[in-house]
Amino acid sequence: MRSLVLAIVVALAFAAVPARTADETIVVGSKNFTEAYILGEAVAQLLESEGFVVDRRLGLGGTKICYDALVAGDIDVYVEYTGTIAEAIKNIDGQPTRERLAEVLTPDGVEMLETFGFNNTYALAVSEQVATARGLTRISDLRSHPDLRMAVSHEFLERGDGWPSLQRAYGIEEIPAGIEHALAYQAIADGAIDLTDAYSTDGELNRYALTVLDDDLGFFPVYLAVPLVRVDLDDRAKDTLRRLANTLNDSEMREMNARAVLGGETTVAVATTYLAEKGIVAGDGSSAATQFRDTLTGRLAANTTRHLELVVLALLPATVLAVLLALGIFKLPLLSRGAVYVAGLLQTVPSIALLALLIPLAGIGVLPAVVALFLYALLPILRNTVTALTSIEPTLRRVAVAMGLSPAEELRHVFVPLAMPSIIAGVRTAAVISIGTATLAAFIGAGGLGDPIVKGLALNDTRLILEGAVPAALLAVVTELVFEQVERWLVPGHLRASNSGG
Amino acid sequence: MTSSVDSAIVFEGVGKRFDDWVFRGIDLALPAGRTTAIVGESGCGKTTLLQLVNAVLRPDEGRVDVLGEPVPDHGLEAFRRRIGYAVQGAGLFPHLTLEANVSLLARLERWSPGEIDARRGELFDLVGLGQDLDDRYPHQLSGGQQHRAGLCRAMMLKPDIMLLDEPFSAIDPITRTEIYAQFENLRGHEPVTTVLVTHDIREARRLADYLVIMGEGSVVQAGPTDAVVAAPADGLVKRLLESAQ
Repeated sequence: MRSLVLAIVVALAFAAVPARTADETIVVGSKNFTEAYILGEAVAQLLESEGFVVDRRLGLGGTKICYDALVAGDIDVYVEYTGTIAEAIKNIDGQPTRERLAEVLTPDGVEMLETFGFNNTYALAVSEQVATARGLTRISDLRSHPDLRMAVSHEFLERGDGWPSLQRAYGIEEIPAGIEHALAYQAIADGAIDLTDAYSTDGELNRYALTVLDDDLGFFPVYLAVPLVRVDLDDRAKDTLRRLANTLNDSEMREMNARAVLGGETTVAVATTYLAEKGIVAGDGSSAATQFRDTLTGRLAANTTRHLELVVLALLPATVLAVLLALGIFKLPLLSRGAVYVAGLLQTVPSIALLALLIPLAGIGVLPAVVALFLYALLPILRNTVTALTSIEPTLRRVAVAMGLSPAEELRHVFVPLAMPSIIAGVRTAAVISIGTATLAAFIGAGGLGDPIVKGLALNDTRLILEGAVPAALLAVVTELVFEQVERWLVPGHLRASNSGG
Repeated sequence: MTSSVDSAIVFEGVGKRFDDWVFRGIDLALPAGRTTAIVGESGCGKTTLLQLVNAVLRPDEGRVDVLGEPVPDHGLEAFRRRIGYAVQGAGLFPHLTLEANVSLLARLERWSPGEIDARRGELFDLVGLGQDLDDRYPHQLSGGQQHRAGLCRAMMLKPDIMLLDEPFSAIDPITRTEIYAQFENLRGHEPVTTVLVTHDIREARRLADYLVIMGEGSVVQAGPTDAVVAAPADGLVKRLLESAQ
């Protein structure tokens, strides 16, 4: 029975080793908000329609993670914004030209392709009703309507490049109230306020029938969406992606976002429709693989399998290392305390920070996620094992030596069996922690049940969040049950941690 | 063979210190095939003396010879397996059944299952343990049963020497009398050289052929039990013997 379990675990571990990706595979990344998911998916589907094998790493946790991954070659393409490249990635003041941006990206081995056409920048929005009634079309028009009830997000109100500069540039005297961005749209719809700030491609602008005022003085920086690719990406792939150039304007992108956030369509479906309607891909661009990924069962199976892979790949070596380490050092009190202390220190590093720190060392995807989970799993196992070994009754230790057991026999027949309940409890704790922490691995493109959670957060889609959270919780429960069974096999009844009775 | 050696264990000028000296200048020759009791107040170093025999501790001066040879520096596992060991509270491993506790060393020595069963059956008969207890864990046994199992474990490999560290002190008086009889029965059938550490002079007189009386840091008197009883070396030995009357 035990050997069967062992065989299954080993088989799982081997099955979990990701198949080596072929050289021609193109890894597509994206950030983790609605528009980024749609465009990332569109890029992936377009490449697939031309016969490329695509590995999707959508929903990566932010600009730094995406760009670093691209530079490191962990992904081959993702969609970025020109304003973000200038301000966040390269710290260039003012509004650099396209040529200047291309120039600063080249040393990183990164090439900027043509823009999708739309500009996702800051915008001021008023309700259509008010716009029509007062004839508002441009920000300049605000000067002659000081009585408008304005409320903008706190960040926009405070930022140097937000309201204070806009006020100077346009000569507007009024100071708006501050409002939580998520509440502003509802406030406009209810007629409580007349104007708020927005991102120009927010889907909500359509839903609440808002008019975006034209930035007639060109005050806001330009955030044109552009595919960033690695210079060494296949030329045919680059040419394929150039077909996306100038295919979307602001209101079309806004419409696509609205369908994903508010209309209940998946980002995959929105991307497919976009490619087909614009004639970028003939017919239905989604491959069979995409179709499979997009059914609930398919996603659940793929995400759960990946999640288990991450946990098992981290937990097995962590268990082996932590137990061996504990066995090696438990007779040396200083060293044991030191090791437990260091493992505890690792535990205090926030998981997102640890994942980000690992990118330069291990890239993105499964490897850094497994490394992070491995580091987190060490402490509970190491601490439990060391504590159990050091608290074995001194008489038993003395008897073991005096009987003539060799150090190896002592471990095998006395120390390990006596510590076994605590070791199992430690591995069990580590497993449950890993299952929870592994959901964060989606931020660095490792997939798993965190994928729908991250995406659900971005799309404000509770159903998607549950699609990740419920299986993750079930997995934790099943893990508890499995470990109870393992303990039943390995530990006699009266010594079981989970059973205080005889 | 050990039969040619009259003294199974010899201490020559032995001293042991941890921070301070526990004892110094111990000279003793313990008779082969007999039971020796080392008697003294707690803290006098009698357990320390015992642990020098199976090299759990090493002397800081002097030498200890066991079965005609100095205590070895290497191959301690093999050396210790010729010396049975039982302690106060029995020291059975809680995760092993009675059968597994007693048979552990024989398994490691790769005895055949038949040999193991035969030897265990022999020992259980001698100390009055039923075979029906085989599958019980230590916590399911009475104190007396645990101690008898401890003796069987120590005797399993038919050792040349058996060391007993206060093995009977935690047992109630009635059970103890019973176990004394079983111990003597065992010794009667297998006259292994036995060294018993105890603070109980009555126990020592009952079980031992040879007495070693320890005071603080030294041996006060050593000799055959009858001789010591007949002629106590000093007031301390006299008081000790009288306390048992």
